[in-house]
Amino acid sequence: MIKPMGATQEEYYRGVRMVPYDLVKELVLAIVGVGVLAVLIAAVLSSPDVGPVTIATWAQQDPIDFVTTASGELAGSTTTGGYGPPYNAAGDGQSWGPIAPQKWFGVRIPIDPANSFVIQPLQRASFSNTVLGTALSAWQNGSSDQQSKWLDAYTKALANATVSDGSVVVATGDYGPLPVMMANLLGVAQSGGLDGLLVINGRFYQTDYTQPLLFMGDGGYLAGLADSAHLTGSLWGMMNETGSYPGQTWLWLYTMWYQVFPFNSDTGIIGLNAGNADLGIIILMTLLTVALALVPFIPILRDIPRWIPIHRLIWRQYYAPRKATART
Amino acid sequence: MAATSSVGGAAEKPASWTLRLRQAFDRHLPMDHLLPDRQPYYVGSWVYVFGVVTIAALAWVVVSGVVLSFMGPQWWHDSRVGLFFNSLHFWSVQLFFFFMVLHLWGQYFMAGWRQGRAATWMIGVVIFGISVLTAFTGYLSQQNFASQFIAINAKDAMNGAGIGAFFNVLNFGQMYGLHVMLLPIGVTILVVIHIVLVRTRGVVKPIDPEGGAR
Repeated sequence: MIKPMGATQEEYYRGVRMVPYDLVKELVLAIVGVGVLAVLIAAVLSSPDVGPVTIATWAQQDPIDFVTTASGELAGSTTTGGYGPPYNAAGDGQSWGPIAPQKWFGVRIPIDPANSFVIQPLQRASFSNTVLGTALSAWQNGSSDQQSKWLDAYTKALANATVSDGSVVVATGDYGPLPVMMANLLGVAQSGGLDGLLVINGRFYQTDYTQPLLFMGDGGYLAGLADSAHLTGSLWGMMNETGSYPGQTWLWLYTMWYQVFPFNSDTGIIGLNAGNADLGIIILMTLLTVALALVPFIPILRDIPRWIPIHRLIWRQYYAPRKATART
Repeated sequence: MAATSSVGGAAEKPASWTLRLRQAFDRHLPMDHLLPDRQPYYVGSWVYVFGVVTIAALAWVVVSGVVLSFMGPQWWHDSRVGLFFNSLHFWSVQLFFFFMVLHLWGQYFMAGWRQGRAATWMIGVVIFGISVLTAFTGYLSQQNFASQFIAINAKDAMNGAGIGAFFNVLNFGQMYGLHVMLLPIGVTILVVIHIVLVRTRGVVKPIDPEGGAR
């Protein structure tokens, strides 16, 4: 199938009838035509721009979810709390047999959710707030057993919490300093302070939103908005965009694997299942991309174009019944 | 001038590196191949247009992207003109991928890699891959709700494969830098190489039903 062409184009095309062609005109017409099309679509359809969710919006719109998430961060029970590399050592991450790249590269973006998302922002907010300062001291001086008991009781109470004037109200119980801490964290968040506190990195400029995005990702508010906007993975997630706009439709094959066996199965096969779907699908897509690049060298794949006569439509003039001089 | 005198010499290579480079260009990519005014008679299908319209869409992606990057990532959220340029960028990208996929399938069914053109095909696949990555970092750089959600979800895929340790989709600065600088430069350079290879080799002949290359 792969045959070298002649040493020069002149040799390669020897005997082939050549016709006039204007490459520059074709390129200019293409640029003008595509430009007109793009300008028209842009002017008529605009582009998607649903504003970002802030931690302030989350805390104002769904204070119970916010406080439940913050309590979960203290307990280490959130997604980030048990994530593993590259954020922390709470787990090994995904693996497939001996292939465990998440573990191999280790903790390169260290995040301690309890400290980063709750304790440190409260410490900054406790300046001149003696009640909060006392509550923080009580929390930090409490044993881990005591902290767990407070968290268990408080988390259970949050299941039946109500909202009053933007504050979260739970039934009376032994929650230690947690209600004071959470009320202050909620207040800071509702005022917009936590949006800033989570991107503080000791420098004036910053462009890294890892912490606030992880924190919001642990909650249910942003996920709920994404669900109602049909952005979630079970609905082919990454291909979608807000509104009726096209998303990254070229990721259809990548996204499709999440919908099919073994990547949507708890049990799976040969060690591949929903639990390590990300790793399995990235490996699969890498192999498929390499295969696509190597199509010229792969029997059957490189022969399909010969078997399926689409080329006869493309070159129908060439394949038309021969006339004496048609091809020379 | 001394180097010029050696041009007429039989097969002897000139001493001048500059002259050697020029002669190599003349030999492998003469101007009548780079800018041809004739082509084989069988190049008549609209399928051949998919390549040039892909390049045209890429030109508009780059032009609109340069305007957006010059004005900064906040601009298009607050300005009607900015929103228009973002829309132009957005739809140019959609057209770019649409045409590129048509071009890819067209070349597949024409077996465009035949007769010494495998490298052209392989570079095309790499261009497609880098373009996907460039668009992905673009969606992450939008600074809106979609980019937040994409980042939160995509991190699991990146982390699961170990890539997230170096390619942090939650880090706007890293994604934006890659999107406006390194990745577009990579795509553009590879597209230039792809086009030069196409022009060097010329358009492949139709598939011979007998298995040869007539």
